Amino acid sequence: MFQTADMFKAFAPFRGNAVVIPGRGGRHWINLSDKPDRDVPLGDPAMGGHASFSFGLAMARPDEKIILFDSEGDILMNMGALTTIAEKEPKNFYHFVLDNGVYATTGGQPVPNAENVQYDVIARGCGYKSTYSFDNLEDFTNNIEEILSKPGPVFVTMKVAPEVENTPITQRVRWQKKTRDQTIADLQRELGPRKP
Amino acid sequence: MADQEGGFSPQTIIDHLKGNNVTHVVWLPDSETNFLYTLLTQEPSLELVTISREGQAFSTAAGLSVGGAKPVILIQNTGLMESGDSMRGWAMGMNIPVVMMVGYRGWTRHGVDTDTAATYTEHFIHAFNIKYFLVESDADADRIQVAFDLAEKTKQPVAVLIGDEFHGFVQR
Repeated sequence: MFQTADMFKAFAPFRGNAVVIPGRGGRHWINLSDKPDRDVPLGDPAMGGHASFSFGLAMARPDEKIILFDSEGDILMNMGALTTIAEKEPKNFYHFVLDNGVYATTGGQPVPNAENVQYDVIARGCGYKSTYSFDNLEDFTNNIEEILSKPGPVFVTMKVAPEVENTPITQRVRWQKKTRDQTIADLQRELGPRKP
Repeated sequence: MADQEGGFSPQTIIDHLKGNNVTHVVWLPDSETNFLYTLLTQEPSLELVTISREGQAFSTAAGLSVGGAKPVILIQNTGLMESGDSMRGWAMGMNIPVVMMVGYRGWTRHGVDTDTAATYTEHFIHAFNIKYFLVESDADADRIQVAFDLAEKTKQPVAVLIGDEFHGFVQR
């Protein structure tokens, strides 16, 4: 098990020019990123949708590398999305999953069968050709360059330490630096018009 | 109200999708649209994205739209009702101008429902304050264009309820 913040520090040098959807790890990524207009910290529009959103973005922009940091709770809510992604096989899509075993933003209750689910095996069964699983930072760090050099879709699950929040939502400190609308507007300006 | 006997051609939908420069059809097959599916697979300008639960349609469409593509969603009313939170968060909350074509299972012109899928469909759409148009036949097809125009103008999802779904499309 490793820390999400350390994982992002290891990932950052290899980001290149990719679009990054940091998902539930956004609070750590936002202060590391050197390309904020290529970051898409959406917060949580509706749980379970980050994979499909990022997949849609990858389909619309096949010339851009799209990197998602998903969570196991989101995967469990929409597991069928993995089959669609594997079927369309977007070469530019990199699907990382932060598996902390719990619903961290609701107080840390365990997800179903938290100790026994193998998300990389599920992804492979759904048709992802490249899958990885890491439970320590050293192995992740040693493999990140190879992962990002492979054609997508690549699925990477990582056992990370829970960072439990247990205060009412209205009392939580907002970590995003931009509104959602501004985030999208900045990304679209950065990407420019889509090629037909 | 249009003449039900006129029927609704799947080619009419294809023509509107092409006329509005739609790039992707995000869909989950429903009971009476196989003719449409066959036509869609033969149309090279439209990419089909098959999902496995309707809520995925809204987040997928949001990603496509943010990336500059123009998706349309094609689902059944049963699936729409399952999709409420995803529609709220990923389409309405993200200001996605997407038309969703919804097979209106159970709908009848005389209003005597025997299928609760129909009973609750419009109540559900009203609850989200989403604009919608009912299309029964080719004679109503101009409402599809109105839906596309309204989605662009409001930057919100707009529904087209396909009232002929229960009877099946006519092939022309």
